[in-house]
Amino acid sequence: MLPNPNIDYSELPRALQHMLERSRSKVAEAMPRRSFLKLTGSLGLAVGIFPHMAAAQSTNTDAAAASLKPTEQPSAFVQIAPNGEVTVTINRLEFGQGVQTALPMILAEELDADWSLVRSQLGTNDAAYVDPLFGIHLTGGSNTIKNSFTQYRELGARVRAMLLSAAAARLNVDVSTLRTEAGVVLATGGRKLGYGELAEAAMALPVPQTIALKDPKDFRIIGKPTQRLDAQAKSSGQQSFGIDFKLPGQLTAVVARPPVFGARIASLDDSAARAIKGVKAVLRIPLDRGAEGVTVIADGYWQASQGRDALKVEWDTSAVEKVDSEKQLAQFREIATRPGPRQFDADMAPLETAPLSLEAEFVFPYLAHAAMEPLNCTVRLSDDRAEIWMGSQSAGLDAGAAATVLGLKPEQVVVNVLTSGGGFGRRFSSSSDTAMEACQIAKAAKAAGLDAPVRMLWSREDDMRGGYYRPTHLHRARIGFDKQGNVLAWDHTIVGQSILTGTVFEKFQVKNGIDAATTEGMRNPYPLPMRLTVHHPVVNVPVLWWRSVGSTHTAFVMETLLDDIARATDQDPVSYRMKMFGEEHTRHRDALQLAVDKSGYGSKTLAEGRGWGVAVHESFSSVVAYVVEASVVDGQPKLHRVTAGVHCNLAVNPRTVEAQVQGAAIMGLSTCLAGSEITLKDGVVEQGNFSEYTMARITDVPEFDVNIVPSADAPTGMGEPGLPPLAPAFANAISRLTGKPVRQMPFNLA
Amino acid sequence: MITLNINGSQHEVDADPDMPILWVLRDTLGMTGTKFGCGAALCGACTVHLDGEAVRSCSTPVSAAEGLKITTIEKTTDGSDRVGAAVHAAWVKHDVAQCGYCQSGQIMSATAFLASLPSGSQPTAEEIDAAMEGNICRCGTYVRIRAAIADAASTLV
Repeated sequence: MLPNPNIDYSELPRALQHMLERSRSKVAEAMPRRSFLKLTGSLGLAVGIFPHMAAAQSTNTDAAAASLKPTEQPSAFVQIAPNGEVTVTINRLEFGQGVQTALPMILAEELDADWSLVRSQLGTNDAAYVDPLFGIHLTGGSNTIKNSFTQYRELGARVRAMLLSAAAARLNVDVSTLRTEAGVVLATGGRKLGYGELAEAAMALPVPQTIALKDPKDFRIIGKPTQRLDAQAKSSGQQSFGIDFKLPGQLTAVVARPPVFGARIASLDDSAARAIKGVKAVLRIPLDRGAEGVTVIADGYWQASQGRDALKVEWDTSAVEKVDSEKQLAQFREIATRPGPRQFDADMAPLETAPLSLEAEFVFPYLAHAAMEPLNCTVRLSDDRAEIWMGSQSAGLDAGAAATVLGLKPEQVVVNVLTSGGGFGRRFSSSSDTAMEACQIAKAAKAAGLDAPVRMLWSREDDMRGGYYRPTHLHRARIGFDKQGNVLAWDHTIVGQSILTGTVFEKFQVKNGIDAATTEGMRNPYPLPMRLTVHHPVVNVPVLWWRSVGSTHTAFVMETLLDDIARATDQDPVSYRMKMFGEEHTRHRDALQLAVDKSGYGSKTLAEGRGWGVAVHESFSSVVAYVVEASVVDGQPKLHRVTAGVHCNLAVNPRTVEAQVQGAAIMGLSTCLAGSEITLKDGVVEQGNFSEYTMARITDVPEFDVNIVPSADAPTGMGEPGLPPLAPAFANAISRLTGKPVRQMPFNLA
Repeated sequence: MITLNINGSQHEVDADPDMPILWVLRDTLGMTGTKFGCGAALCGACTVHLDGEAVRSCSTPVSAAEGLKITTIEKTTDGSDRVGAAVHAAWVKHDVAQCGYCQSGQIMSATAFLASLPSGSQPTAEEIDAAMEGNICRCGTYVRIRAAIADAASTLV
């Protein structure tokens, strides 16, 4: 990865260290465990919850004015039109998680805006739109609300202060006599000035370095269930996505990719493809991972697809590993018997003497993200500039990769972030494969004399076979415990590809040969004597973070095994967990208790054939507990009802939190359903479309009741944490009904 | 040239008769409300109405639409169609959309379903699920889809 001027590299090590720490530390350790209610600095300015921001703002006023970072400059984030409309630019990709509403809510709160006049838009790879904590453009890790809460509050407060100053000058009064309310500055004697009247003068003023933030008890927007700003557009076909973007004269490109990752072209006959009406060019291009492909560029997608279908390509797969899922499982089982690096260690001697014991093996398949909008990217090239339009979770890294391909300086590349139809991690590939391939196409097209912008569009089959999957994992556990359910020794092994090795993140997140993205979610918060050995085989299948990353498998393993121990020792699964949480883990306790109370667990009599299942998991600093009702009908597991207890501290938009919990849980449910797996045979992915890769449909979906633990603490994210505990809660219910543990994903009760 | 009736307007389109309606709408006519999800009639994102019946435009050749009325999301939610307007309003009220990509297809399926019901009848939960089973939502908005359809149906009585 080449240096990118859009990335503040001085930020990177600390930021990535924090990412590493995230998986290991509780909120209490990651940030001061105090309410932001009290966070007012010595100069009367808000210092935020992050130490480095506090330091930046606590300097003397002259230095502070000069030290305002791009992420703190209101002009990059707020535009107020003469009619009073406030447009807030968000520093993230909106791909369903609702930040295009939540970030404007946060800003509008401190701005005292009229919410009915607030609009929002997405940003670019401009330096203003980096994550203020990590210093890189990033939509991921459920970080948006957690990391930009204080940022957007401060932005709103700065603009409000500027509006007040402009009003004081206009009215020739002292600013202390003015107040604001819903988009209006109010002066004594009933005088009013709308924000729209003041905006031009206000935005020309110096940006104040000292600002006061509201007392959260005065919040009137934050915390209120609020309709999404994009609800109308997304309910009428009016919302424009990356795939809908169109420039005059734009052509569409598809790519014939090799059937095995990294393979190259042996021979190509493109004569039939060139004869298809509307096909403009057929070109060989370098692809991700050293592969080679053939792009067909045409007037539209249909013509380009017809052209691709007409290609006669022989592929040379001799130099690349051809993975076979069945053989891979045998390999992983052999690898699991070897010694390896340890994440945790403990005395394993009690395994031999423990009164009770269990052994378990779990297998998790590769999973495709399968966002509904297939990957796409539009590129317009000139001699000294490239402009890119795409749904990107990492606009800065994508710009850097584009510059490398195009031989441009990074500052000559603009990435315009467009609304995406889902992503779940796939729109932040560690190699920027989408941007890179689109730029290879644009470069080849330009070299071939095609002077037109080009949109690369993947088919569903391209998307499903194109790699970057949640890696397959083998887990093995041997646990010794006593009759009270006390774990005496837990010997655990994980075999699975490292996601971060070989990426820019490797040096920060891979320590002692162990990838933190593999082990996150193991052991915590339970006080268990665990020895955890980790193996990362190198496999010719591209892997990537997939909504909730390591917790997609670690939560399942932890929560089902603990349930097995509770069942083996005749203990209630709720009280067993409560005992393990102790007094320390209050967020886990509160989330679980809320789910229990709302579900009727322990008091309600279940319908015939139904069983209860419980699971709790913390990921990305939020805790979600599920109490579910499930049954087995004709040998098939069926989930009927889900009651959630959620702890994300302050819920900025409770309506979105509810939606994210439902959605993440349903994505977790998908992973339980037969056919939810990517498998390979002779190096080729066997699934190509939704008929071969199961995703939950409406008929699979249970009833939901989502409950949020009230809190005024600084908010944590909710894009991912609803996913991990669903599958184990479901599995625990099935196990209690059948008496047999569930050890395989997707579930197989045969 | 093929003559198409789309949302009440006549369009002369120079297209291969085998070209799916989806790509005529999206690439030829620039009507991007109808979405490409799978290209194989498996996910429902591309759903339009042909003479009022929900069809998957990604797998229906444009030649099959000659002489029939094509209705797309743009028309169904513009307020002129009673059922479409009720569905649109319920979708907004229940904040159904997350990423929103599949919602054009969801709304077109829901509208065709409600329009097919005998006047005054309310669908059961099972009927709603059965009618919507062909539409995938990867964000998992199904709980709100159910609520929105039931709500829309109640306003149509």
